[in-house]
Amino acid sequence: MVRFLSAGESHLIVEFGQAVDPVVNQAVHALDWRLKACPLVGLVESVPAYASLLVAYDPLVLPLETLIAHCSEHLHAGDAAEPQVHETIEIPVLYGGEWGPDLSTVAGRVGLTSEEVIARHAQVVYTVYMMGFMPGFPYLGGLDRRLCVPRLAMPRTKVPAGSVAIAELQAGIYPLESPGGWHLLGRTPLRLYRPEMSPPVLLRAGQRVRFKQVALNEYAHIAAEVAAGKYVPPVTQEALVTA
Amino acid sequence: MKTLSVLAGGLLTTVQDCGRDGLQAFGVPVSGAMDTYSLQWANKLVGNDRCLAALEMTLHGPSLRANAHILVAVTGGVFTVAVNGRPVPQWEAVCLAPGDELTCGVAVRGARAYLAVAGGLAVPQVMGSRSTFLRGQVGGLDGRALRTGDTVPVGECEERALLAGCFVPKSLLAPLPLAVNTVRVMSGPQDDLFSREAVLLLEQGEYEVGVESDRMAYRLQGSPLMRRADTAIVSEGIAPGSIQMPPSGQPIVMLADRQTVGGYPKIATVIGADLPLLGQLKSGDKIRFETVTYQKALMLRCEQEEKLRQQPCRVSSRREFMVSTLGETFHVKASEVIH
Repeated sequence: MVRFLSAGESHLIVEFGQAVDPVVNQAVHALDWRLKACPLVGLVESVPAYASLLVAYDPLVLPLETLIAHCSEHLHAGDAAEPQVHETIEIPVLYGGEWGPDLSTVAGRVGLTSEEVIARHAQVVYTVYMMGFMPGFPYLGGLDRRLCVPRLAMPRTKVPAGSVAIAELQAGIYPLESPGGWHLLGRTPLRLYRPEMSPPVLLRAGQRVRFKQVALNEYAHIAAEVAAGKYVPPVTQEALVTA
Repeated sequence: MKTLSVLAGGLLTTVQDCGRDGLQAFGVPVSGAMDTYSLQWANKLVGNDRCLAALEMTLHGPSLRANAHILVAVTGGVFTVAVNGRPVPQWEAVCLAPGDELTCGVAVRGARAYLAVAGGLAVPQVMGSRSTFLRGQVGGLDGRALRTGDTVPVGECEERALLAGCFVPKSLLAPLPLAVNTVRVMSGPQDDLFSREAVLLLEQGEYEVGVESDRMAYRLQGSPLMRRADTAIVSEGIAPGSIQMPPSGQPIVMLADRQTVGGYPKIATVIGADLPLLGQLKSGDKIRFETVTYQKALMLRCEQEEKLRQQPCRVSSRREFMVSTLGETFHVKASEVIH
């Protein structure tokens, strides 16, 4: 059941549930998409998360009742203009070694070889459940359950930008150097956050992501192309399967 | 181009405007002034649109030298502001001449002051805003605080010297910190996850702003507010003023540079009208929370907007008198004549 919760007089949380679940998350993105497609005067922005949509609005222009009515109207409405396909972006990853210092530890903990961990990590299509807590960080759902390991007991003070990481049932990529408690399996040469571009991030909530293992020379080649602003990651279009 | 040379950067002086809207969905924080009320008045005083980029200074302000005639105004907390060593009033437009040195000194009351210049600060826009986001190293001057040797570019605008001396009437000044500060909140969004006692404690307790407080969040110290057992939320978007409750039970109030999503439950949310006052608090300042309804929060927000729609007083509303009484003559200056 959907709940409308006020967070102060200028923010509304549309809460779809309290579970990390692909169906719930898809409902969040559907509402987000419809709100963006049907602009309402006074609606400032909407922020999709796992199971909720935060809506920022100007209450001096847009009354709360009008906003709730607008959201309710778009909760279930099937819109003909809604995207019928979704894009899957391919992220090249150099696994293991200094680029993925936790690969062998994870393999040991889950009883697989490093190669098997890579295969399981790279074979699924992930969904970007939400972006945050820092610019361009994708929270990816869909990790192979066999790779579920708890966070590091002692978070690292420095995780390099581009680190491809997992924790519990989540996968993610660090866009900037930052502290972090996830296990690092590898690194991508792609820039997930580029403030000088529009949009300033590579991925966005609702998108699909697939990882592809690359060797060191290929990693270096892509890194050079990224630095020159020439690299375009491969994108495949797939028909949207409605849940 | 008109510029200000930075002779000393101050403790933490950054370029801020009203923030970066529309990018939280990508994980990009809003940023912007901590005390948007004072920022907007600083801009109005120098004839700008309300949300142009200005300098936000913290506890100890910068020293700047003008390289041209530049109209400026300093609002916000009470700092020791002077031009060429001579004190100048705040909440008033002041004209700097080429070579003039503006020093903003220490905070006497409040934590942050805003220096606006006619034409606004002309640093490049990044992602639609000139606000500095320190952790992301973008906006303002190369994404960092001002330091000695920097040059701050000033935007082009028509001649505005006539505005010099215009000032904000006392009734419209931003509220500044008291011994104990009442900060109004609305309950929720997750007040139902807390025990009735915790909700009562939030109102009855006194909290102190902790030392680990910055533009991202203030950590408060006081009576711990325990959650009901076995409650947690999945990460969701965070409104400004959200009072998060980590397992320690010590509240964290999320502010301008807050991260875009988080999983701590929020017992209450500071109302928009009181966020500027929060921006004027520093570590050690005391807070009491008062819960208000949505209607009240909206009314207070309307009142604040009404204040921001007033115009600054013209110089002509100042009067000087000679008063003679009992054989003595006094020279009287009225700083503001209220009609």
